[in-house]
Amino acid sequence: MNQATQAIPIKPRDYKSELKPVWCPGCGDFAVLNAITKALAFMELPREDVALISGIGCSSRISAYTSLYGFHGVHGRALALAAGLKAARQDLTVLVAGGDGDGLSIGGNHFIHACRRNMDMTYIIMDNEVYGMTKGQASPTTAPDWADSKLTPHGTGIRPFQPAGLALTAGASFIARGFTGDPNGLAKILVAAIQHKGFSFIQALSPCPTFRPEQMQWKHHVREFDSETTSNPIEAAQRIQADDGMSMGIIFQNEYPVFRPGTGVDAGMGSIESEFTV
Amino acid sequence: MNAIKSCDISVAITGSGGAGAITAGELLLSLAGKNGCFGMMRRSFGPQIRGGEAAALVRISHSPVECMNDTFDLLLALDWRNADRFAEEIALRPDSLIIADPSAGKIPESISELGVDIIEVPMKDLAKAVPAGRPNMIALGLLSHWLGFCSDEAGRLIVEVFGRKGEEIVAGSRAAFNAGFTEPLIVEARESRPRAERGQASAMQSRWHFNGNQGCGLGAIRGGIRFAAAYPITPASDLLEWLSPRLEQLGGSLVQAEDELASINMVIGASFGGVPSMTATSGPGLALMTEAMGLAVASETPAVVVNVMRGGPSTGIPTKSEQVDLNMALYGLHGDAPHLVLGALDHVDCILTTEWSVRLAEALQTVAIVLTDQNLAQSTVLVPEPEYHLPEISGRSTAGPQDDYLRYDVTDSGVSPMAIPGTADSTYVADGLEHTESGKPSTAAADHLAQLDKRERKISSFDYGDHWADIRGEGPTAILTWGSTAAVVREASSRLQAAGHEVKVIALRLLMPASPDKLAQELQGIERVLIVEQSHSRQFYHYLRSFYEITAETRTLARPGPLPITPAEIVGQIENWS
Repeated sequence: MNQATQAIPIKPRDYKSELKPVWCPGCGDFAVLNAITKALAFMELPREDVALISGIGCSSRISAYTSLYGFHGVHGRALALAAGLKAARQDLTVLVAGGDGDGLSIGGNHFIHACRRNMDMTYIIMDNEVYGMTKGQASPTTAPDWADSKLTPHGTGIRPFQPAGLALTAGASFIARGFTGDPNGLAKILVAAIQHKGFSFIQALSPCPTFRPEQMQWKHHVREFDSETTSNPIEAAQRIQADDGMSMGIIFQNEYPVFRPGTGVDAGMGSIESEFTV
Repeated sequence: MNAIKSCDISVAITGSGGAGAITAGELLLSLAGKNGCFGMMRRSFGPQIRGGEAAALVRISHSPVECMNDTFDLLLALDWRNADRFAEEIALRPDSLIIADPSAGKIPESISELGVDIIEVPMKDLAKAVPAGRPNMIALGLLSHWLGFCSDEAGRLIVEVFGRKGEEIVAGSRAAFNAGFTEPLIVEARESRPRAERGQASAMQSRWHFNGNQGCGLGAIRGGIRFAAAYPITPASDLLEWLSPRLEQLGGSLVQAEDELASINMVIGASFGGVPSMTATSGPGLALMTEAMGLAVASETPAVVVNVMRGGPSTGIPTKSEQVDLNMALYGLHGDAPHLVLGALDHVDCILTTEWSVRLAEALQTVAIVLTDQNLAQSTVLVPEPEYHLPEISGRSTAGPQDDYLRYDVTDSGVSPMAIPGTADSTYVADGLEHTESGKPSTAAADHLAQLDKRERKISSFDYGDHWADIRGEGPTAILTWGSTAAVVREASSRLQAAGHEVKVIALRLLMPASPDKLAQELQGIERVLIVEQSHSRQFYHYLRSFYEITAETRTLARPGPLPITPAEIVGQIENWS
């Protein structure tokens, strides 16, 4: 809208707000913000035609750091709010971002249903395997023996979720993993995700220097996936299961039917009111 | 057309689930409409999907009725299975008439001991003699003859209703109806019994036939709702099922969500996108939605939630009515979260109140909770085509492209223009965190106070006009009520008036914000106040005590569901005041 009068911002910084993030120095989330702004600048999307929806947590603060339309909602419900927005406004580019706790614990049900619903939107989980805003508790992606939380002093004793595998089983049509140590690679994945027609899921490994300082070593372990993107869910499942979670790239992409509710034309109230007449 | 000989008759049709009692009741009410009558039908179900019990409770009258009567004049039992479960819902008198099938076994003692008049008609055998005939159509024929309805109208109605099921069903249904209509047992019974000769069917005027859920649905789309998201729940599901195809007809949509947490958030998302949006639910679902309703209040995103109350707490009595979510609607949101709560007073009022709620939510950029109940939602009325007038309310205030746009600008009215995604330059982030005028998260005391004041002011300073309550009659006694109980109170008041008691009925439609000054004015000179509600803990009474000054002598008539409060109970309370 208003493209005639509005010069399209072309620089990544044009997509940022003037607010200073609450994130700690060294937090991976800065790189996700940069990757998003780079991807949008590359695609030359007008700011007003993009909405970034987030929930609650350190990473969910991201919506306020962009100059896009945004909604910083309640904990765990960003995907649901985004689904309503996309259903009502199919012209908008809808991005959703948040943490592993927001998306996989309190919002877990919405995650699997968003995958299954396959609306045309892009969801980034900034995964640091910890709740940061509440000062360091285990999340659904935390290893069972991580015992640094006072809430679970013996570790959770529960095997973590495998987000990519979960997304695949639930029916996501685009599944990728990126690393915040490589913001350009992440931006490329984001461009492909936004261009993909359907629900695109990106697990962005985003180290937490404060509560999980050992994650600063991730940069020595990550690698590219050694095979191309597959459209075969069986191959994708095998690849996800065989991997240690440190391989990056677009794992799976398929053209599943996209859910686009109610694209009809307004036929007026008359015939509806006449139903009431005896 | 035969003249209807009785001006106000209540008929119950009972049967085990699947016997067709409800279909027979619905057709009987439609026939009443085609024969110049008004009426109402309440469905009573058990929780079973099939094989339980079902009763159609029908009241047919020459003048419009808004609630059921105290007792039933006629009970037609397709069978007696599970009849005991209805015994307390279908109050009979010694002069009531029973039509029953002798093959269905012995009439339960609780009924026979009343000394009622019984006509035995072998409905099952009569149906068997007709190809594709069913006992419920025999029953419809019997009742139509008893009520003096025109059989040609019935033939046309059967074609209308069953046409899609094929010729065999239509022919079978018509033949079964006729077999019932001309059955010598009913013809003789009718001729041999004296009947009241009161009243006259009114001239045929345009009539509407709908239930409360459909009324809310119509009000919603009249108000401008074009998106809904919802999760199925009794007794709100049929509102959603009604809405879904009709929103599509209007270029909108309904999305079935994974749960109520999702549905309310989808509503907020769609509304943020500029499309007036709603959901509908019942108590347990409303409980799940309360957190996100707080988000809608804080982020100033319009959202409408229709809550169809049922017996609670917890799963409670899902298929029966109770006025027990008032507390949750008023106080359930966390934090200081001013919002709107409205209650529909009768079927036509479901249309008005929902339309008004949508317009208010849009204008004030807040949450409006509309309370109805199972009693309204799932009962059908046949009423004159409704006409109502709502005050002019401007739609959602929107912002154009602005460089220094302040989404939460502290204005005099408290309402700030809302930029809709797609509008250049005015991008902003809607936030549930407390924020500055621009929407930036803030923990500053001054920002919190300014935004709290603004959100409160836009609701408290708005002029709601005369629609805050429905007020009828004058007298030294006032009855205060809300929701579907209002219709019962009105009927009681007309009976009281006929008996020489002058009563003023004040039914509150706008519950939050409260209107203490308006009520105080209405209560001037009132000596006694009776507060009527269907709640064990007297939620409405406590609400009135919290927000209003009532100095007159006050009593309450409050009791839980599932049995509806009857006009006779209210009349009794007033007549035996001292």
